[in-house]
Amino acid sequence: MTDTLALKRTRRQKSQRFYTLLLGLTMLGLATALVLNALEDSIVFFYSPSDLRARNISPEQRIRVGGLVELGSWKTAESKTAHEFTVTDGKNKINAIFNGILPDLFREGQGVIAEGRLKNERLFIAEEVLAKHDEKYMPREVADALKKSGHWNENAGSDGNPKETK
Amino acid sequence: MIVELGHFTLILAFVFSVTQAAFGFTGAAAQRIDWINAAKIAALVQFLFTTLAFAALTYAYVTSDFSVRNVFENSHTLKPLIYKISGVWGNHEGSMLLWVLVLALFGAAVARFGGNLPSTLRARVLGVQALIGIAFLTFILATSNPFERIVPAPADGQGLNPLLQDPGLALHPPILYVGYVGFSVAFSFAIAALIEGNIDASWARWVRPWTLLAWSFLTGGIALGSWWAYYELGWGGWWYWDPVENASLMPWLVGTALLHSSIVVEKRNSLKSWTILLSILTFALSLIGTFLVRSGVLTSVHTFATDPDRGVFILAILCLAIGGGLALYAWRAPHLKGGRLFQPISREGGVLLNNLLLTTAAATVFLGTVYPLVLEVFNGSKISVGPPYFNATFVPLMAPLVAAVAVGPLLGWKRGDIAGALSRLKATALTAIIVFIFVAWTAGQNSVWAALGIFLAVWLAGGVLTELARKIGLSRKSPMESWRRLMRIPRSSWGMSLAHFGLAVFIIGATGLSFWKEEKIVLMQVSETAEIKDYRVTFNGVRDQKGPNYIARQAVFTIQHKDKEKFSMTAEKRRYPVSQQETTEAGIKSGWLEDLYIVIGTNDEKNGQTVRIYLMPLVGWVWMGVLIMVFGGLLSLTDRRFRIGVPERQKIAGPSPAE
Repeated sequence: MTDTLALKRTRRQKSQRFYTLLLGLTMLGLATALVLNALEDSIVFFYSPSDLRARNISPEQRIRVGGLVELGSWKTAESKTAHEFTVTDGKNKINAIFNGILPDLFREGQGVIAEGRLKNERLFIAEEVLAKHDEKYMPREVADALKKSGHWNENAGSDGNPKETK
Repeated sequence: MIVELGHFTLILAFVFSVTQAAFGFTGAAAQRIDWINAAKIAALVQFLFTTLAFAALTYAYVTSDFSVRNVFENSHTLKPLIYKISGVWGNHEGSMLLWVLVLALFGAAVARFGGNLPSTLRARVLGVQALIGIAFLTFILATSNPFERIVPAPADGQGLNPLLQDPGLALHPPILYVGYVGFSVAFSFAIAALIEGNIDASWARWVRPWTLLAWSFLTGGIALGSWWAYYELGWGGWWYWDPVENASLMPWLVGTALLHSSIVVEKRNSLKSWTILLSILTFALSLIGTFLVRSGVLTSVHTFATDPDRGVFILAILCLAIGGGLALYAWRAPHLKGGRLFQPISREGGVLLNNLLLTTAAATVFLGTVYPLVLEVFNGSKISVGPPYFNATFVPLMAPLVAAVAVGPLLGWKRGDIAGALSRLKATALTAIIVFIFVAWTAGQNSVWAALGIFLAVWLAGGVLTELARKIGLSRKSPMESWRRLMRIPRSSWGMSLAHFGLAVFIIGATGLSFWKEEKIVLMQVSETAEIKDYRVTFNGVRDQKGPNYIARQAVFTIQHKDKEKFSMTAEKRRYPVSQQETTEAGIKSGWLEDLYIVIGTNDEKNGQTVRIYLMPLVGWVWMGVLIMVFGGLLSLTDRRFRIGVPERQKIAGPSPAE
């Protein structure tokens, strides 16, 4: 009697495990599908102005461009609420236009990352401007890009040490 | 002198945590009650010394003792007192000290209030807790000593990052840490249970209050951070899928799964080894969260001075805790006795579905957060994974979960009646569908998706009410009887209903803000008027205002909303001379249905003032929903079950009869 009961229990336990496993695998499959689908069209690549020159990037692709805001390049555009500035990595540069309120840490001569799309080879339409600084006033991506183009100055912007953004 | 004492007591705390671990483990192994008691006392003493060390650092901050490097780098005499105090944890060293303090607090709480725990289990829990303490105290003492002096002492400090000088953010770290570190108790219980090779319903009953407490605080801490981002960063949003936000969301998701699965262990003695695994994973993700935001892997406001040594150290702690925990799990979990059985359609099945969806969602968030870091290491390309990824993975996984939350509590334990549960939800379904059609019809763009969000919220809220009505026998019993039953519903049950209801409220807010936000950027001259929906915003000019340690440029607006009375609003840019930094203070007029939100940008004489005006629909519901959830968690915590009559460990652990 106890034997049959125990057997019944084992069988039930197996079927319970089977259901759990099935559910788990379904979930995993679903998640994989979602992730693959999402990764394909929601990754945003980061480029320096030199990268933009070297590669042919379609205007449809959403990208991030980073470098220094060139000294003397920041001005108000014709539409008045828009800002124009030039992003440079020392070797190459690209003009950017942004309609909106710039972050508090946006300054000429300092690091910037802009997200948006290329209008043409010379103009970048920024939809978002990030001021992702650490205490050295320099986004990590921008620092690396400058190092690559050979225009990295170890002491650039290291006086004063505010930090911004989450 | 006091600072040196602080350093000294911190070393003593380290010594006592070593003592605690040694006595805890050996006492449990040798079954020596005197050793076990020694571990208990060590836990209390360790907490005392950690508190003294923390108090010493706070003292240095309050008295602006700039001969302490940490104070010099993060404080300033002009700062208001509250930010001098919050400056203690507004930096790497101090925040680590806070982390250890909370850890010691939880250890002491287990020692003090765990009177009804089996003595060996308590000793082992204290032992594991002490091991975590040893790791982090070593880290602080070796790489991040907050008590370091500088000679000669500078005249004044460098000031705290102005963004952190905010009441919401002053409280955010301590509350979040109680959440993060609170899960260490669940972790310690899990490891202790694996060592003992025994886990049963009473184990879950001991673990549950700690998990609930940690969960409530983590929820509150995340909400506080998000609220701060909303009003302080001036970007017009409340959640950006930023890696540092994800770092706190991951332990929340898995912790929520743990909260539910531990109920199944408690009530049904099932899903045991899964619950152990969740305990380990939740704390692992808490540690990963600490690592991600503190090590400098991610650039953010949370990243304090980066130092490669520290990153490697935290990584080592991470590997030890997670690797050790999982290895122990792999070794011991198969020996745990199988739990009771249940049908796929049952309350247990519902919790299992909840758990799988939550952990899968946590996995997708993890992937999206870590993938850019990994990719950069492998081929050097720099990418960012932003909101579109999370909207396409996280949301589709959460939607079925929310739909299921309405049904789950209506199912019986062991074998549920899905047809019965669904037929009870007829009225709810009807209401939800009507609302769906109404919203889809009236709401213009994106209306189908927005309507779907509102539909889910109504469905969930209806499910919660239906379950309550069933519990009190509404319309089946006399009103008097229903009332009596309503009064007798245990607090933990109220807690569940409230938390689920809060989720519904939250979804309404999140949906509204995602789909119906309006924004406008205008250039305004004095006395010019801009319109957004039915608000008329008139710009009255700017004035300078002096704060305690900043100078504000304040723009004043008069707002006319329909025929209501006019009111005025101000939006500011604050300039902190000490750090040469500006911050934004958005002007916000909160309402039940929408917030009017104004941020100012540059101002030049010729063109005028740049003004960004947002209309944020239903944003208040986001915070309100989270508040209800936190309240539900805390209410559940006061359930008498958790305070009195915690049963002795079950004597018979043999298999229950098959049916």
